[in-house]
Amino acid sequence: MCFKAKRLFGLALGPVLMLLSAVALAAGGEVSQVNMTPGVTEVGKEIYNLHMLILWICVVIGVGVFGVMFYSIYAHRKSKGHEPATFHESTKVEIAWTVIPFFILIGMAFPATSTLLKIYDNDDAEMDVLVTGYQWKWKYEYLNEQGENVSFFSNLRTSQSEIYNVEDKGEHYLLEVDEPLVLPADTKVRFLVTANDVIHSWWVPELAVKKDAVPGFINEAWTRTAQEGVFRGQCAELCGKDHGFMPIVVNVVSEDEYAQWLDTKQAEAAQIKELMAQTFSMDELMERGKAVYERNCLACHGGGGEGGVGTAIAGSAIATGALPGHLEIGVNGVPGTAMQAFGGQLNDVDMAAVITYQRNAFGNNMGDMVQPIDVFNFKKG
Amino acid sequence: MGDHHHGPAKGITRWLFTTNHKDIGTMYLWFSFAMFILGGAFAMIIRAELFQPGMQLVEPAFFNQMTTLHGLVMVFGAIMPSFVGLANWMIPLMIGAPDMALPRMNNWSFWILPPTFLMLASTLFMEGGAPAFGWTFYAPLSTTYAPPSVTLFIFSVHVLGLSSIMGSINIIATVMNMRAPGMTYMKMPLFVWTWLITAFLLVAVMPVLAGAVTMMLMDIHFGTSFFSAAGGGDPVLFQHIFWFFGHPEVYIIILPAFGVVSQIIPAFSRKPLFGYDSMVYATAAIAFLSFIVWAHHMYTVGMPVAGELFFMYATMLIAVPTGVKVFNWISTMWRGSLTFETPMLFSIGFLILFTIGGFTGLMLSIAPADFQYHDSYFVVAHFHYVMVAGAVFSMTAAIYYWLPKWCGRMYNEAMGKTHFWISFVGFNLAFFPQHFVGLAGMPRRIPDYALQFADFNMMSSIGAFIYGASQILFLYNVIATIVSGKPTSDEKVWDGAEGLEWTVATPAPYHTFETPPRIDPAHAHS
Repeated sequence: MCFKAKRLFGLALGPVLMLLSAVALAAGGEVSQVNMTPGVTEVGKEIYNLHMLILWICVVIGVGVFGVMFYSIYAHRKSKGHEPATFHESTKVEIAWTVIPFFILIGMAFPATSTLLKIYDNDDAEMDVLVTGYQWKWKYEYLNEQGENVSFFSNLRTSQSEIYNVEDKGEHYLLEVDEPLVLPADTKVRFLVTANDVIHSWWVPELAVKKDAVPGFINEAWTRTAQEGVFRGQCAELCGKDHGFMPIVVNVVSEDEYAQWLDTKQAEAAQIKELMAQTFSMDELMERGKAVYERNCLACHGGGGEGGVGTAIAGSAIATGALPGHLEIGVNGVPGTAMQAFGGQLNDVDMAAVITYQRNAFGNNMGDMVQPIDVFNFKKG
Repeated sequence: MGDHHHGPAKGITRWLFTTNHKDIGTMYLWFSFAMFILGGAFAMIIRAELFQPGMQLVEPAFFNQMTTLHGLVMVFGAIMPSFVGLANWMIPLMIGAPDMALPRMNNWSFWILPPTFLMLASTLFMEGGAPAFGWTFYAPLSTTYAPPSVTLFIFSVHVLGLSSIMGSINIIATVMNMRAPGMTYMKMPLFVWTWLITAFLLVAVMPVLAGAVTMMLMDIHFGTSFFSAAGGGDPVLFQHIFWFFGHPEVYIIILPAFGVVSQIIPAFSRKPLFGYDSMVYATAAIAFLSFIVWAHHMYTVGMPVAGELFFMYATMLIAVPTGVKVFNWISTMWRGSLTFETPMLFSIGFLILFTIGGFTGLMLSIAPADFQYHDSYFVVAHFHYVMVAGAVFSMTAAIYYWLPKWCGRMYNEAMGKTHFWISFVGFNLAFFPQHFVGLAGMPRRIPDYALQFADFNMMSSIGAFIYGASQILFLYNVIATIVSGKPTSDEKVWDGAEGLEWTVATPAPYHTFETPPRIDPAHAHS
C-alpha cells in the first residue's frame, strides 16, 4: 500500500517538474515576456499594480485552498488506513466562507473603481487623433484647429516573403508599418476611435489603450506619456482574413520633432496637390500603380489578380470593360460587400495609377491610361 | 409500457425509433464524442499552424474558419450534447423514474442534431468557405461581410436551439413529475439539481440566441438594418443580445459539470458531501447572477462608465457562490478515506484547474485590468481552463464513473490513470503558457504572430498534440471495456457510491424502475 502511494506521488511530481523545466527553458533561451507590461503611462502602471494585486490575492487564496486539498490527499487516504469522518454541514463555517470572500471583493473594488474612472477621464485633451479601422489597416487623422488636417493610412510593412518563410523574419516581424502614428511626448492625446467596415480594436499595451473601433460609433480613449520611444500593438478584435496583419506602431517624439514632422506631412499633402495637375506616362503610372495595388488590393484580389476574398481582376469584365465602370467600383466600392469605396482612401494620383495598373497588368493589356484629372472629373460627376 | 420486459428492437430501427432514455443517452454520448474528435481535429490544425511564426500550413481565411468551427462544434456539438446524454442516462436512474417524461420528443431532440452538424460541416466545401467570424459571430463581420455559408450557419443554430429547448423541457418535466415517492426536491442528487437549473437557463436564453440569428438573417436577406450602422442599426446591439445568451451559456456548460463532481468526490472520499443545501443555493445564485453580468465580455466596446461599474461589481460577486462550491468539495475530501481511481483523479484535476480558471475569471472581471486582458490569449487560456479542464474533465470523470454500471464491465484502471496523467500534463502544457503570451500582448484569433511569442506558442502546440493524442487512449479504453472488459455484476460498483442508480442491477437493464422505488424518509440525499 505504501509503495502504491509513493508511486502515485512520483507520478504527480513528474509532470509538474516537466512543466517547470519547460517554462525555465523557454524563459532561459531568450527572454520571453511572461507578464503584463506596466507600460509607459501613469494609467498603465496603475492597471499593472491592480493586476498584480489581484494576482497575489488569488495566489494566496490558491495556496491556502490547494494546501488544504493536498494535505487531505496526502493524509486522508484509504491506503494509509484513514477512516472517514461523517461530519457535514456547519452553518458557522459556511457563513464564514461566504462573508469573508465578499469583504475581500469589496477591498478589490475600491482600487478598480478609481483606476476605471481615470481611464474614462477624457477631459482636457491637448490634441485629438481620429483613428479609423479598415479591413486591414488603420487610418490616422490629426484633427487640427489651425490649418488643414493631416491624415494617412498605416499599413503592415512586413513583406509577404517574410510571412511565407522565404526570407528571414526581421526583428519587428508583423509589428512594423509603413507610416507610424507620431505623437508628441508629455501631451494628453485623445483618440477618437471608429471603423469603416467591421469592428476592430485599437490596442497598444504599453500605452494601456484598448478601444473597440465600431462602425457608426465614435469611442474615446486617451494617453499621455513623458517617455519617447516606439510602441507597438495590434488589432485585438477579429475583423476578417487579415486580422493578424494590421499592426499599430506609435512613435512618441519630442515636441520639436513632432512639429517638424507635422510640417513635412503638410508639405507632402501640398505636393500631392501639385502632382494631381500633372500628366503621367504609362511607365510612371504602372510603377506607381503596382505599389498602390500591393498595399491596398493584393490582400483580397491576389498578387497575380487571381482573386481570393475578392473577385479576380485578371480577365475580369470590369477591368477589361469600359473605363467609367472600372472607376465607379474603385471610387465608390460595391455597397454591401467587402469591396470598399477607395475614393476617400487613395488620392487621385494613386487611384489613377492603380486603375491603369489593373487594366494593363495580369494579361489584361487594355492599353488605356487613366490620369489624375480623369479621376478628379469622375468624382465631380 | 404495455408488454413488460421486452428488450430493445433489433438492427438500425432500434436506434432510429427508440424512445428509451438509455439508448438515447448512449447516442448522445457517442455523437458528442464524435464531435469532440472533429472539433479537436480543427484545434490540431490551429495549433499546427501556430507551431512556428510565419504562415505554415493553411491560409489566414481558412484559419479563421477553423477557429470558428472549433468553437461552435466544441460548445454546441461536443460539450452540450454530452451532458444532455448524461442527463438522459442518469436522471431517470437517479430519481427512480422508468424513463424521461417525454420519450418521443426525446428521440426527436437527438435525431435533429446529426444532420445539423453535417450541414454545418458541409459549409467547409462551399464557395466562400465556412463561417469565419468566430464562434461569437459579431456583426457586421457575420452579416454584411460574411461568406454565403452564413445562412446555413443560421439555420444550424436555429435547429440546435430547438434541440436544446426540447431536451430542457424534457428534463424539467421529468424532474418535476417523475421523482419516486418520497424523493423531495432537497433529496435529489446534486447532478439532478444542477441539470434542473441548467434546463431553466437553456429555456430562457436559447430563444434569445434564435432572435439574434433571425435578425442576422433579416439583415442579410431581407434588407433590414438591425446591426448595420449605415441603415440606422447598431452593431453593439448584437453583442448585447449575443452575450445575454452567451454568458448564461457558459454556466449551462459548467453547472452539470459541478453536479458530476459533486457525485464523484463524496463517493471516493467515502464521506457525504459537506454542504448539500449550500451547494443547491450556490448553484441557484450562480444561475441568477449569470443573467446580469453579460456585458463584462464588452468592457472595451465603449459603454458608459456607470455600466462598466455595474457589470464589474456584479461579475465580481460570482466569486462568492463559486468559492462556496470549491470550499464544499474540499471540505468533503477533508478527513475522508480517499482513493484515487480514474474518476476521482479527473475530479481532482477538475477541482485544481477549474479553480485556476476561476481565479483568472476574477482577474478578468476587474474592468480596468480587462482593458489589457481583453481579446488576448489570456482570455483563451482562461476559458479553456473552465471549459476543458472544467466541463470536459468532469465529463470524462463521469464516463469512467458510470461506464461499469452502463455496460456491466470494468474499464482498465491503469489505462484510465495513464489517460488522466497524459491529459493533465498535455492540457497544462497547452494552456498555461497562453496566460503568458496573452499578458505579453498576443491577441487571440491571429494565424501568425510576432517573434517574441514563438517559444510559448511552440510549447502550447506540443501540449495540445499530447492532450489530443490522449483522447485516442480514452476511446480505446472505452471500446475495450464495452467489448471485453472484466465483467462485473456488483450493483454498487464503487464501495463509496450513494444513490438510486447503484440499486439497480449491473449492467443496468433496458427498463429500470418500472415500479417506483421506496425512498427511506430518514435517508438523506445521496
